[in-house]
Amino acid sequence: MTLLSRGLVAASAIALSAAATPVMAKTFIYCSEASPEGFDPAPYTAGSTFDASAHPVYNRLTEFKKGTTEVEPGLAESWEVSEDGTVYTFKLRPGVKWHSNDKFTPTRDLNADDVVFSFERQADANHPWNQYISGLSYEYYNSMDMPKLVKSVEKVDDLTVKVTLNQPEAPFLANVAMPFMSIVSKEYADALEAAGTKEDLNNAPIGTGPFKFVAYQKDAVIRYQKNPDYWGTAPLIDDLVFAITPDAAVRLQKLKAGECHLMPYPAPADIEAIKADSNLKLDEQAGLNVGYLAYNTTVAPFDNPKVRKALNMAINKQAIVDAVFQGAAEPAKNPIPPTMWSYNDAIQDDPYDPEAAKAALAEAGVQNLEMEIWAMPVQRPYMPNARRTAELMQEDLSKAGVQASIVSYEWGEYLSKSMDPGRAGAVILGWTGDNGDPDNFLSVLLSCASAGEGGANRAFWCNQEFSDLLQKAKTTADQAERTKLYEQAQVIFKEQAPWFTIAHSTQYVPMRQNVTGFVMSPLGDYTFETVDITE
Amino acid sequence: MFRFILSRLLYLVPTFIGITIIAFSFPRFLEGDPVLLMAGERGVSPERHAELSAQLGYDQPLVVQYFDFLGRLLHGDLGTSLVTKKPVLAEFLSLFPATVELGLVAILLAVLLGVPIGVIAAIKRGSWFDQLSMTGALVGFSMPIFWWGLLLIIFFSGYLGWTPVSGRISLMYFFPNVTGFMLIDSLISGQDGAFVSALRHLILPSIVLATIPLAVIARQTRSAMLEVMSEDYVRTARAKGMPRRRVIGVHALRNALIPVVTTIGLQIGVLLAGAILTETIFSWPGIGKWMIDSISRRDYPVVQSGLLLIAGVVMVVNLLVDLTYGLINPRIRHR
Repeated sequence: MTLLSRGLVAASAIALSAAATPVMAKTFIYCSEASPEGFDPAPYTAGSTFDASAHPVYNRLTEFKKGTTEVEPGLAESWEVSEDGTVYTFKLRPGVKWHSNDKFTPTRDLNADDVVFSFERQADANHPWNQYISGLSYEYYNSMDMPKLVKSVEKVDDLTVKVTLNQPEAPFLANVAMPFMSIVSKEYADALEAAGTKEDLNNAPIGTGPFKFVAYQKDAVIRYQKNPDYWGTAPLIDDLVFAITPDAAVRLQKLKAGECHLMPYPAPADIEAIKADSNLKLDEQAGLNVGYLAYNTTVAPFDNPKVRKALNMAINKQAIVDAVFQGAAEPAKNPIPPTMWSYNDAIQDDPYDPEAAKAALAEAGVQNLEMEIWAMPVQRPYMPNARRTAELMQEDLSKAGVQASIVSYEWGEYLSKSMDPGRAGAVILGWTGDNGDPDNFLSVLLSCASAGEGGANRAFWCNQEFSDLLQKAKTTADQAERTKLYEQAQVIFKEQAPWFTIAHSTQYVPMRQNVTGFVMSPLGDYTFETVDITE
Repeated sequence: MFRFILSRLLYLVPTFIGITIIAFSFPRFLEGDPVLLMAGERGVSPERHAELSAQLGYDQPLVVQYFDFLGRLLHGDLGTSLVTKKPVLAEFLSLFPATVELGLVAILLAVLLGVPIGVIAAIKRGSWFDQLSMTGALVGFSMPIFWWGLLLIIFFSGYLGWTPVSGRISLMYFFPNVTGFMLIDSLISGQDGAFVSALRHLILPSIVLATIPLAVIARQTRSAMLEVMSEDYVRTARAKGMPRRRVIGVHALRNALIPVVTTIGLQIGVLLAGAILTETIFSWPGIGKWMIDSISRRDYPVVQSGLLLIAGVVMVVNLLVDLTYGLINPRIRHR
């Protein structure tokens, strides 16, 4: 039954006159999972915010090629890197048009001023647009270490920008392709400043992207319109609508009822039913993520790699993949996913062998070991059910003579307590990549620098040899060279076993049968300039 | 009467202060602050954490923060959301009409069904209708809202296709927000079918939200009716040969309704609590969903001022109920 005839039935069912449908342009409805925090991508960190702001409305100097983590030209048509890898000269694409709205009509195309402005407002705390709303912080700019990295951003001419770095940094081009580096219009900012409505930079965005922002009704609907002047391939749909629907079960019901065309994050338990529904289809892709159990490597006996290795042998990984991920994952042997370049496939995973584990523990002088397993309370793309995972681990460990108890906290508390270096337990957590660079996994999660207080290294594992390899790789431009370094680092990781690597989960996107052209992003972005609806 | 109103208003002062303390301290009892939640798995260094906390004003001692909150409050400043950076009051006002609209329809449903059910159950005490409706009321009262909402969606929207799954109106309608009440705005818009669409979107959420108040009102009406029916004046009315319908309608029901009106007033609080879950299930952009999001993000200003505003609404409604009660029953206002 179509939406319209369904509507007619329902309307007559309650004895009210049926609705006449207004003539519609081609409207694509996306049942998004959360409200955007705002429409300026720079001060925010949530993927759902970027899906609503950075991807439809804005562009960046470089972009990730659709469906990959490969960097390709965006607003910068080309670039040159200096011999020593510290100076990037970007040539901007000429004739890129800014959007307009009822209060602003651009008088010029994109130019170098916009790019300089987009960097500086994040870099300089005293910039007039740094705190254009008080209390803003630029967390991505900070956590990607841009303040330490970027020395200067200069306009050479209208279409040339020179970025000078303090040291060579191979992932830089991927960093500027990330949502937080979206290029905003300086002319628009000036107009807002003159009008005294600076906060509209966050409420009524003006960008160069495939869709123009039309309206946002808080917590309910976001509307966009196709940008007819888009510099890239113009979108195939006329209107794009986000229907904000936080509950996964309700999203699926909406999709089934034809109230939306596509949804993110189905519940793992619903996958089979979606496959069986003839009105729906399901795209799937290996996710750019890892779920892991991090030991506290600073606390005895977990400071002994032999103990960690033994525990890793005691846990049946395949059983977790089957039971918790319902098969929709690949067992993980490395900290980075197999779809990422430099993945070391030569590494052998620790075999599941409870007897060997028991023997190895005895050999390490550990008897009657008791430990905590921390299970996070929320579902994440890399971990559908941490509690169930912890239960399976508990059962396996008991076969190797280890008494495990399961601990859980509310999410905010979990994040803070798991960062405490004095923590007793092994923690289930995970990561989804930001920019497809191995450094974004290995350095963020396992380097000595991140093992400090408040870092993301929940194992508090600091191996100097490993960290040196990462540092060297980061400052090397040649990818083949970098690959070798990262492969070597993965060997050390496997020997030292700071984590029990659990799985790389598969990502699913259910959609109506009549949707074509959707391209899944390994980074978990939802973009719609290529989608179409066929009748 | 003036003294009665004044005394009721004076009661509000300590209540209000108590609420500010609870509203202020509740979100701070939850571990994991807004900075940590924003950083997520990535973590945040102690220096950066301190810097951001200072920027947000959460490095001060709690007492200082509380008096700061109270001081701003007295100047009518409810603070700014840490996440959206918008004034809390503006957000509340933009979302509140959606909750009111849903709440009004739900309470209307609960009263229009609950009172007659209670009356019939009382008159036919012990009958199958009485037993069935009171069992139903018990079940309704104990129903987990989330499960009940999902069940209705799956059956009526998914299986039968009679009602829309969620939202306030079909997305094909697009018109400006004038009053924030979708039923009114859809009429103002003049777009064909918009009003019907808005009405259809109200059906399931209002049933879910009305379930608990309906159960309470039906039970309360029944027991009030039973009590009144055994009063002397009812027996006298019967004895002098007054028609049964008139005895029930005029003498019994009118008196039985006094406690029922109080119950209805008290249900406003229940309704607002129920709205939190109902709105989340039905993607209803009201203050319930707003509060849930803010709690999970530790958006302190929104949680504390939002709680205060909601408590304020409940207090005002209860005050009005008290005053109406005083109007109906002179004995109360002279007490």
